Amino acid sequence: MSHFIDRRLNGKNKSTVNRQRFLRRYKTQLKRAASDAVNRRSITDIDGGEKVGIPSKDISEPQFHHGGGGSRDMVHPGNKEFEAGDRVQRPEGGEGQGAGQGRAGRGGAGEDDFVFELSREEFLDLLFDDLELPNLVRNQLIGTTEFKTVRAGYATEGSPSNIDVVRSLRGAIARRTALGAPHRGRIRELEEELAALIAAGVDESDGRVVALRDEIDRLKTRIAALPFIDTFDLRYQAFTKQPEPTSKAVMLCIMDVSGSMDQVRKNLAKRFFILLYLFLQRNYDKIDVVFIRHHTIAQEVDEQEFFYSRETGGTVVSSALQLAHEVIRQRYDSETWNIYAAQASDGDNWDSDSSICRDLLIQNLMPLIRYYAYVEITPRQHQSLWYAYQDVKAVYPHFAMEEINGAEDIFPVFRELFKRQEA
Amino acid sequence: MADNRLISETSEWTFPLLKRFDQEIAKVACDDFGLDTYANQVEVISSEQMIDAYSSVGLPINYHHWSFGKQFVATEQTYRRGQMGLAYEIVINSDPCIAYLMEENTLPMQALVIAHACYGHNSFFKGNYLFQTWTSADAIIDYLVFARGYIAECEERYGTEEVELLLDSCHALMNYGVDRYRRPSPLSMAEEKRRQAEREAYLQSQVNDLWRTLPVHEKEEGRLDERRFPAEPQENLLYFIEKNAPLLEPWQREVVRIVRKVAQYFYPQRQTQVMNEGWATFWHYTLLNRLYDLGLVGDGFMIEVLQSHTNVVYQPPFDSPYYSGINPYALGFAMMRDIRRICEEPTDEDRYWFSDIAGEDWRKVLDFAMRNFKDESFIAQFLSPRLMREFRMFAVSDDDREETLEITAIHEEAGYRHLRQRLADQYNLGSREPNIQVYDVDVRGDRSLTLRHFRHNRRPLGDSLDEMLKHIRRLWGFDVRMEAVDEQGRVQLIGET
Repeated sequence: MSHFIDRRLNGKNKSTVNRQRFLRRYKTQLKRAASDAVNRRSITDIDGGEKVGIPSKDISEPQFHHGGGGSRDMVHPGNKEFEAGDRVQRPEGGEGQGAGQGRAGRGGAGEDDFVFELSREEFLDLLFDDLELPNLVRNQLIGTTEFKTVRAGYATEGSPSNIDVVRSLRGAIARRTALGAPHRGRIRELEEELAALIAAGVDESDGRVVALRDEIDRLKTRIAALPFIDTFDLRYQAFTKQPEPTSKAVMLCIMDVSGSMDQVRKNLAKRFFILLYLFLQRNYDKIDVVFIRHHTIAQEVDEQEFFYSRETGGTVVSSALQLAHEVIRQRYDSETWNIYAAQASDGDNWDSDSSICRDLLIQNLMPLIRYYAYVEITPRQHQSLWYAYQDVKAVYPHFAMEEINGAEDIFPVFRELFKRQEA
Repeated sequence: MADNRLISETSEWTFPLLKRFDQEIAKVACDDFGLDTYANQVEVISSEQMIDAYSSVGLPINYHHWSFGKQFVATEQTYRRGQMGLAYEIVINSDPCIAYLMEENTLPMQALVIAHACYGHNSFFKGNYLFQTWTSADAIIDYLVFARGYIAECEERYGTEEVELLLDSCHALMNYGVDRYRRPSPLSMAEEKRRQAEREAYLQSQVNDLWRTLPVHEKEEGRLDERRFPAEPQENLLYFIEKNAPLLEPWQREVVRIVRKVAQYFYPQRQTQVMNEGWATFWHYTLLNRLYDLGLVGDGFMIEVLQSHTNVVYQPPFDSPYYSGINPYALGFAMMRDIRRICEEPTDEDRYWFSDIAGEDWRKVLDFAMRNFKDESFIAQFLSPRLMREFRMFAVSDDDREETLEITAIHEEAGYRHLRQRLADQYNLGSREPNIQVYDVDVRGDRSLTLRHFRHNRRPLGDSLDEMLKHIRRLWGFDVRMEAVDEQGRVQLIGET
C-alpha cells in the first residue's frame, strides 16, 4: 500500500528561481555588502563565495501581532521555587513574554543582520553589475570553441588507421601463449613418455609409440591453428578533443615600489589589481598575470614579492614600460592574446623620464594593448607623469587614468574606468 | 535463534529494506493498533532537495516568490553551519500522503520517519475533524499546480514586479484569509480552471454593482447613510478584499483567492501542532517498540531510534538558555502517553479527574481524542495533574499596570484547573493573534475602509501596524483606517494611511 519513489536524481535546484528573486529584490543592499567585502579579500581567495549581511528589518515580512503592554498569562515548565501568589521581577528584555508567542521572532525587534553566503558567481555578478570590459573584442568568434586533439591512452575500438601495431601484436603474443599453454604442457609430457619408451627399446612401430606420436602431432596442429592475430588483440590509439581556450588574456600589473610607496598604498594598489583580475576572469578562459615592479630598474617578480617586498630608491617609470614591452614581444603575441595593463603609482617620477614614458606608450605599447589603466594613489598635487599620461589619453581612448585617495575610492574608480560603454 | 527474525543487521538502507520495514510497520500499525491512513507515497530525496522542500513551506510545488528564496537561503545557511539538522521528515497532507526521506539518514532513522510520518501524521490527517472539514487532501496538489501556473501566467502578462507586490500584500494578511466557521468549497484543478473565467466576469460585475454611481432616490438617502457596509463585521480580510475591493483587476482577485486558499489549507495545522506532533511521536515510539518486542529489530537499532526520539521530546526548563516556549513534541507525546497510562493503570487521582476514560480501552480513547479535538480543547480536556507536576508547570500573569509579575498558579491541587485553562488559552489562535475585523466601508464618500481591532486584555497592536496598513491599502486602493476598541467599547483611531 506504500509506494516508494527515488527522487534523488530529480533536479535539486527547485528553489533557484526563488533565490534569484530574493537576491534581485535586495540588490541594492547586497551590492553595498559586496563592495564592502572586496576590501577584505586577498587576491588568492577569489575562488570562494562571499558572506554578506543585510539588516533583518529590511527584509522582514510584516504580520499583525500584539505589541507589548496589556496583560497576559503564560504557562512555563520547569518550576523550581515559585509558589502561587509569588511576585517576581520582570526579566530583562521581556524574555518571559515573547517566548511561546510563536511568531514573535518574525516581526520582532531583531536588529541582527540576516547573513548568508553568496556563491562566487552571484558575488561577482553583483560586484561587476553593469560593468563591461571596454573594447572587449574577442580575438576569435564568440561561442565557437576550438578543440585540440590530445592522446588519451588506448581503446579497443577505433578506426583502422589508428591501430597501434606494437600493442596489438604484443596482445596477440600474450593470447597465443595463454591459449597454447595447456597443449604445450601436454606435448612435453607426451614427449617424455615417448623418450622413455624409446629408451626402453620399444619398437617404432609399436602401437603405443604410434599413438603417442599421433597425439603429439594432433596437439601441434592445434597450437598451429591458433590465429596469429585476432580482432580481440587489436588496440587503437585513442584521442579526445579538449576545448582550447578561445580567448586568452594577459594582465600586466605594473607598480612603483620606490620608497615613497608605503604599504598602505601598496595595499590600495593590490585591491585594484584584484578587481581587475576578477573582472578579467569573468571574460576570459585563461589569464596570465605578469607582475612588474620598478624603482629605478624594473623586475619581473612573483606575486608575493610584488606586493610585500620592501625596496627603496628613486623612480624611473620608463624602465617598467620597457620591460613590459619586452615581455609582450617575447611571450604574448597580440594576435592571440588580449593584453591588459594596469599601472599603480604614487605619481613620482624622474622629471626627464615622463616624456620618455609618454613616447614609449604611444609608439610601442598602446598599439598592442587592449586597455591600459593607470591609477595614481596620491593625496597630493599631480606631477609630471600625470600630465605626460594625459597626452597619451588624448591619442588613445583605451587609455584610462584615475586618481585614488583611499580604500573607499577604489571601487568607484574601478567602475569609472571600466564603466559600460554606451554603444 | 530468535535473532534470525531481525530485518537487517546493518544500518545502511536499501529500497528493499525500506519496503520491508514499511510492511512490518504497516502490519503493526493497521492490524494491531487499527490506524486508518491514506495510501503512502514515500519519496527518497537528497539533503539539498530537502532544503528546497523546506523553503516552499513544505509543499511539493508552489508558486514563485522571493520570500521562499529568503527562507531557502536561511535554511541552507544554518544547515551548512551545522546549527540545525534538517527536520528528518516533511509530510504533506494529501491523498496519497507524501512523505520525504532523506538519503543521508541511516536505516533506523528511515524506519523512524516511516513510522512517524507515514503512519502517525498520515492517520492524523485522515482522522482529525479539522483536516476533514477544512482541507481537501485529494485536491491540494492539483490546486497548487493550478496556482503555480496561474501566477506564472500573470507574471508573464503583467510583470513579475507587479505580481510580487500583490503577493507581498496578500502574504501579510495570510492569517486573516481563513474562514473559521464555514467550510470552504472543495478544490480541484479542472473545476478551478473551468470556473475561473466565469468568476472573473461575475465578480467584476458584483463589484461594479457595489460601487454603482447612479443617483439614489433622494428620500432614501437618510436611511441609507445609517446602514453600514458590510452589514456584519467581517473577519476574513482577504475574502472581503477579493470580493469587494473596488480597483482590483480580475487576475488580482484570483491571486488573492489563491493565497487565501493556501492559508486555509494550513489553518488546521496551525491549530493542531501539539496534537499532530504528539500523535506522530507517540506512534513512532509505540510502533518501533512493538517491532523490538517482536524481535524484528535489534538493540543497536533501538538505541539509535531512542537517542533521536529523546532529543525530539526534550523540554528545557523556562530558565534554560535553550528555552523557547513549550516544545509541542514534548507536550504532545507526554499527553498521548499519559492518556494511555490513565486508561491502563489509573491512579485514584486519575479516576477522580478522568472518570470517563480511566480503565477504558486506550486505543479507542486515543482515537477519539485524535479525531475530535484541536490543541486548545485537547489540553483543556486531557492535561492531567500528574503531567503538570512532571513538567513542573506554573502560570505567570504579566500586567503592565503592575510593577512585578505574579505567579498565579503552580503544579499543586489548588492550581491544576487554573493552569490547565491558561495553557489551553495559550493555544487558542483566536487570542494569540490580534482580533481584526472589517468594520465599515465609506460607500458613499471617499471609499475608505475602516478596520477594527478588538482588544483583549488591553493588548495593543505591535509596531508592524503602519506597514500592514500600507499593504492593505495597496489591495483596497483607497484610504485604510484602523480603530482600536477596548473592552469597555471605547473606540480610538490608531492608524491611517
